[in-house]
Amino acid sequence: MTARLTDAGAPAGTGVEALIPAMTDICGPAGVLSDPLQLATYECDGLTSHRCSPGLVVLPTTAEQVAAVVAVCARAKIPFVARGSGTGLSGGALPRADGVLIVTSKMRRIIAIDAASRRAIVEPGVTNLAVSKAAEPYGLFYAPDPSSQVVCSVGGNVAENSGGAHCLKHGFTVHHVTGLQIVTPDGELTWLGDGTGAAPGYDLVGAFIGSEGTLGIVTKIIVKLTRIPEAVTTLLAAFATMGAGGAAVSAIIGSGILPGAIEMMDALAIEAAEAAVACRYPEGAGAVLIVELDGPAGDVARETAAVRAICEREGAYEIRAANDAAERAAIWTGRKSAFAAVGRISPAYIVQDGVVPRTALGEVLDRIAELSAASGVRVANVFHAGDGNLHPLVLFDDAKPGAEAAAEVVSGQILDLCISRGGSITGEHGVGMDKSRYMTKMFGPGDLDTMQLLRCAFDPAGLCNPGKIFPTPRLCGEVPGVRRDPHPLVASGQVDQF
Amino acid sequence: MTTDSLPGVLSSACAEVREARQDDAVAGVAPRFVARPASVAEAAAVMRAAADQGLTALPRGAGTRLAWGSPPSGCDLLIDTRGLNQVLEHAAGDLVVRVQAGVGLEQLAARLAAAGQRLALDPPGARPPSPHDADPAGDRQTPGTIGGLLATGMAGPLRLRYGTPRDLVIGITVVRADGTVASSGGKVVKNVAGYDLGKLFAGSYGTLGLIVEAAFRLHPLPAATAFVTLDATDADAVRAAVAAAVDSPLAPSAAEIDRPARGEPFRVGVLLEGDADGVAERCARLTGLLGNGAAASPTAPAWWGRGAAAEPAGTVVRIGFWAEALAPVLAAVDGAASHAGLDPLVGGSAAAGVMYVAVSADAPAVAVARFVDDLRAALAGPSVVPAAAAELATSRSPADAPPSWASAVVLHAPAEVCAAVDLWGPVPSLGLMRAVKAQFDPEHRMAPGRFAGGI
Repeated sequence: MTARLTDAGAPAGTGVEALIPAMTDICGPAGVLSDPLQLATYECDGLTSHRCSPGLVVLPTTAEQVAAVVAVCARAKIPFVARGSGTGLSGGALPRADGVLIVTSKMRRIIAIDAASRRAIVEPGVTNLAVSKAAEPYGLFYAPDPSSQVVCSVGGNVAENSGGAHCLKHGFTVHHVTGLQIVTPDGELTWLGDGTGAAPGYDLVGAFIGSEGTLGIVTKIIVKLTRIPEAVTTLLAAFATMGAGGAAVSAIIGSGILPGAIEMMDALAIEAAEAAVACRYPEGAGAVLIVELDGPAGDVARETAAVRAICEREGAYEIRAANDAAERAAIWTGRKSAFAAVGRISPAYIVQDGVVPRTALGEVLDRIAELSAASGVRVANVFHAGDGNLHPLVLFDDAKPGAEAAAEVVSGQILDLCISRGGSITGEHGVGMDKSRYMTKMFGPGDLDTMQLLRCAFDPAGLCNPGKIFPTPRLCGEVPGVRRDPHPLVASGQVDQF
Repeated sequence: MTTDSLPGVLSSACAEVREARQDDAVAGVAPRFVARPASVAEAAAVMRAAADQGLTALPRGAGTRLAWGSPPSGCDLLIDTRGLNQVLEHAAGDLVVRVQAGVGLEQLAARLAAAGQRLALDPPGARPPSPHDADPAGDRQTPGTIGGLLATGMAGPLRLRYGTPRDLVIGITVVRADGTVASSGGKVVKNVAGYDLGKLFAGSYGTLGLIVEAAFRLHPLPAATAFVTLDATDADAVRAAVAAAVDSPLAPSAAEIDRPARGEPFRVGVLLEGDADGVAERCARLTGLLGNGAAASPTAPAWWGRGAAAEPAGTVVRIGFWAEALAPVLAAVDGAASHAGLDPLVGGSAAAGVMYVAVSADAPAVAVARFVDDLRAALAGPSVVPAAAAELATSRSPADAPPSWASAVVLHAPAEVCAAVDLWGPVPSLGLMRAVKAQFDPEHRMAPGRFAGGI
């Protein structure tokens, strides 16, 4: 079941169709799509529950083309949305029926690799994994590794501040990008930072990363490359209960070890993964822990022994260690397939991305189990145990009336739970359009108003991926100040203030 | 202390308000009042009062880096943050700490160390990592407050592995110029909800608002440390030694260089941290790798991390560069310094692409100005362009390459030098920065004139 959206303002298609000649001049005929069947293939990103055919699709091949396209949109006051590989899970690349979708997938050059400085300059359409592959001959890799890294684009990673399984130790995109060339929402090409990480002025690179395509479109990225660790070991440990697994995680972190990754899956998630990829995780596991340790060989050997001992002490009844790359991949297959795998055990599902302080994980998981039992809605749990980032997979049968609504309720309750424990509504998937309604639960009006000052600085006209992240847009150019009267939009009845 | 001359509105906003004294001057500019809020609510009230009165305002923590940046064009109200001195929450199990902006760095370090943790930042003046709490260098500049650390974005040798304050901040609460209190982020490490104001405020020199609280991600305090040091005769030898350490699988936490004067050899130092067995093993491997002359010690050499603090009353220039260009950058420094008749101390985080040049306080202002100009010209030249990016730099489209591959910022300098030199140099995307400033502080009352581009 999907939601089809249309946009307020001009009837879909008229305003944006007038741009076709100008866009064709810029991107060439092959770079402009206007046929409804073609447009429909871009109607959603990885969040397939929300779809909207774009008014127009353009596929530029250079930064100058992106700038020219945006300039045309800005002059015509037509909104635009950028899209990388379309793997995002929060609808950040959901198009506008009255707008242009600017797709960067043809901008795939790895422009330069400076191994001695440990930097690379890449175009936004380059896939995440392609960066690591290109760096490998130099003994380097690109550390942020979302599960979708074979497909997802670096430009998209910049927009979402993507993490991945190894971000506990190695950080997120924002820690691995030191310069950006962007197209501003009025169509100017400009550089933020200079690749050194020490450029003078405000850290606009840091502010831009994670802004979900609302402050401009990135056209070149200067990434940091990391030395490939000398040794990596991957352990799989099976526990009878989630509680035992969680205790092991706490003990590992408490011992001062910082693993490269700690992932956890519950019985339902394991069942799904087994059905999908026959990963053959230990039978009867209430929880499975995947721990990866990386670094100098001697350190890794010692840490591996320590982690084994901790897992055994906490009741692990089976521990497997990968002896080579193939075994390592086998251990990860189950975890990496988890989202797609739940399709085997449920016709439909909602994937959440909440975060709680790691020390609250056990309690929160118990509470999720209670919510599930009380509502009859099954929830499979996969999560980055090391940093408290949960991915509850809320399962439902979309053929059953009311099932999706019930799943949405449980999904929302889980996010409320995360917020109540001092966590976040999104650890890595972004707010997009999917979670904007939760922003007011996590932030107050002063917080959201202040964040939007940044938006007003970059995009006063409100054309750059509008409607994403913030539930109520801030009027740019209004006098800032503590508001005593209702917001004009609220007073005129156009929006609700929750 | 007489209160007759204080505007009533300031003292009704904040209990501790007084007239400024001689020693409250900021880079020679005398404020009128000093307010010391004891809570975020008081801080917000004071900022609102300043807004109502059209006062320029400047935050001050311990004042250790108050002279950094250009002198303010106005400073009616100094906001002393040291009344906001609470460690709000140390969630040791989560490796997270939340603090008010006036918490002292040493105070925080001690508290975290007691739980076997640290905020992995070692700005100049902080004690270098050591298991024995010995400080062989003796006197150091007093480290400042969390707020000042964030606002100046200062980092030290650990930046190679852990980054700068912006890399470790996970949540921030600020008071805007109009008195609005705003937070972003939170207290969990993984959080992409909304914009990250912590990144924006880091290194903003108080020009966007008053930082009142911040949350940081912590790391385990290493059980053991080792410093492997050696001398290097010239820039190429330095580059080779640093590269050997950083390209190795030994995961150094820092790789620093230091040269007190032109005639002297470079000293190279590499920091290894971890558990005792691991450090011993890696230390032996690294010493072998670096060859003759490499020596190991559990404590930092006397010169460790001093580059930015070497001339507290003099001029310090911070150079940012692509690490590959170490030798041409050193050549640029030497060329510009000789030409100006100067012989400064040079040192810093070579592997991280950051270096400091420290010129003594008695150097003539004219000479320092010439040095900075010549240095910037050399840094804009072809010798520092990364070889791999040469194609970009000569590409037909001027926008293909960043406008520069290196920068030189004067962090602080004596008054005569400040008057003779553009402290910040060319700034990329200055227009956007001005737009950000105009949104956050439309009346330009927060630390006016201190920042890049005269912001």
